[in-house]
Amino acid sequence: MLLVLLVTSFIVFGMMYLAPGSPLAFVLGPRGGTPEQVAAVTAQYHFDDPFLVRYFRWLGDIFQGNLGRSIVYRQDVTALMSGRIGTTAALVSLSAVLIAVVGVSSGLLAALKSRWVDTVISTIAAVGLSTPVFVIGVALISIFAVGLGWFPTFGVGSGGFDTLVHLTLPAIALAVASAAYLARITKAAVNEERTREHVQTAVVRGLASNVIVRRHVLRNALIPITTVMGLTVATLIAGAVVVENVFALDGLGSLLVRAILQRDFSVVQAVILVLVVAFVVVNAVVDFLYTVIDPRIALGSRQ
Amino acid sequence: MTISMEKTVKGTAVAVRQPGFLHRGYERLGLLGTAAAAVLLLVALSAALAPMLAPYDPDFPDLLAALSGPTADHPLGTDALGRDILSRLMWGARITLAGPGLVILLSTVVGTVLALVASWCGGRVDTAISWVLDILFAVPGIVFALISVAIWGPSLLTVVAGLAVAYVPYVARVVRGAGLRERNLPYVSAAWLQGHSGAGITLTQILPNVQGIVIAQAISSLGFAVIDLAAVSFLGLGVQPPTADLGLMVKSGFDSVLRGHPAEAIAAGALIILIVWCVTVIGDRLTTTARSMR
Repeated sequence: MLLVLLVTSFIVFGMMYLAPGSPLAFVLGPRGGTPEQVAAVTAQYHFDDPFLVRYFRWLGDIFQGNLGRSIVYRQDVTALMSGRIGTTAALVSLSAVLIAVVGVSSGLLAALKSRWVDTVISTIAAVGLSTPVFVIGVALISIFAVGLGWFPTFGVGSGGFDTLVHLTLPAIALAVASAAYLARITKAAVNEERTREHVQTAVVRGLASNVIVRRHVLRNALIPITTVMGLTVATLIAGAVVVENVFALDGLGSLLVRAILQRDFSVVQAVILVLVVAFVVVNAVVDFLYTVIDPRIALGSRQ
Repeated sequence: MTISMEKTVKGTAVAVRQPGFLHRGYERLGLLGTAAAAVLLLVALSAALAPMLAPYDPDFPDLLAALSGPTADHPLGTDALGRDILSRLMWGARITLAGPGLVILLSTVVGTVLALVASWCGGRVDTAISWVLDILFAVPGIVFALISVAIWGPSLLTVVAGLAVAYVPYVARVVRGAGLRERNLPYVSAAWLQGHSGAGITLTQILPNVQGIVIAQAISSLGFAVIDLAAVSFLGLGVQPPTADLGLMVKSGFDSVLRGHPAEAIAAGALIILIVWCVTVIGDRLTTTARSMR
């Protein structure tokens, strides 16, 4: 895990140097600068040092909370990000809750109720899986914000309940595909568990069916569900980039897209690094959750 | 594979016609899969023949007929610049199919080669390759596309390059597992004892036996690649206007939606959903068949 972070940080740092043109040009802008400016920037960014020395200095700065300076906003990247990270985190967590509730419950319904319910849910899930988040976002805005006027179209609102209302549509848009996938996995896992011998034994012993589902089926089915849930939350972090742009939310994702278009490299590096760190951390948390759900799994064995 | 071979053997004995290509396809895809394949083929054909079939030049702006809604002249209406939506859909589908196709082609070739080398050599080579794949796996696909765009600027090719790297581990993981299983089967040791080289066995014996899995995985990934590529275009970081592209059309249609003209966004969004749905159904069916044939 640490290795992954080290390698990605290396790639993220190196990308500035892979880009055509000298790194000086990025800092000074397309018109270049006077020789004094060039000398000052070279000294400031230590462009004369060997590549590896610069990389480790950059890494050291990050550990001290210094992510560099935006050349477009003329601000510290840390300051730029700290205001926006909350929006993205709120969006992703709201969406994750939606996915867990809707995905697991509709998967359970599809597995346990009649064939008819299964067909309806599976069809909706198949369409949901095939729909890109930006299409859902545009559809939700045109129906519920523009058409019916139930929700605001853009922005994050003014905190508290207002923010929750503003984030509802974006969170739904972000959740649809993953909830559909989770419903599918839940259904498959529950169906598989139900044919196992210990469940049949429980049925024969005459236990109430909701007890069987809760204690014998669902508990065992939780392993694949948690795996998918973890992967899902991780991909939500990337999906948030798209959703924030659809709904004009001022989060990390819209900052990243703007920074890419403006070639604001220190911002691009910092945001991508944060996204990857979040991704890796979520995966690590899922690994830890396995040991809670299933005591037979020991940390480190990954089986 | 085994099913059709058995039939061929029986066929020679009773002199029944060998099952044709279409029949074998139906056997693998089932009813739903075949229907999806037919729809996809139709979309692909009208995209490929867009220069001949499209009723209008996709870039020709007829500002007087802008946002006209469906009329006799424009069956799906026109966009904010008065361009014919149907023609733009046909041209846009070219990019929406060809871009992800290229992504999957590149990542499948690279991923399969890496996986087969890893599963054949084993030991340190396997460890090293698996390590690289794990690291690629640890980064969400669209982030690779964004990194690539950040370096080389927004264009279709940079996005394709970034996504191709992102999809390598998905192919490689599945193929490596299949390759490891094949490697321990007796026919491989038999070929080895006959003095065939490792590369020869991998190419002529193992590859044909894992090709079903490779193809199934490639098609399953194609659906995700369509979504990712369209998303990057929607963000304005991929294909640049005025080129017709389905992701871009949803974006420009989005502005018209806010002014009360949803035709462009609906048409482009629906076509993306249709394409991805067909590809996913085919991929699911092929995956199930490839598993059951083992």
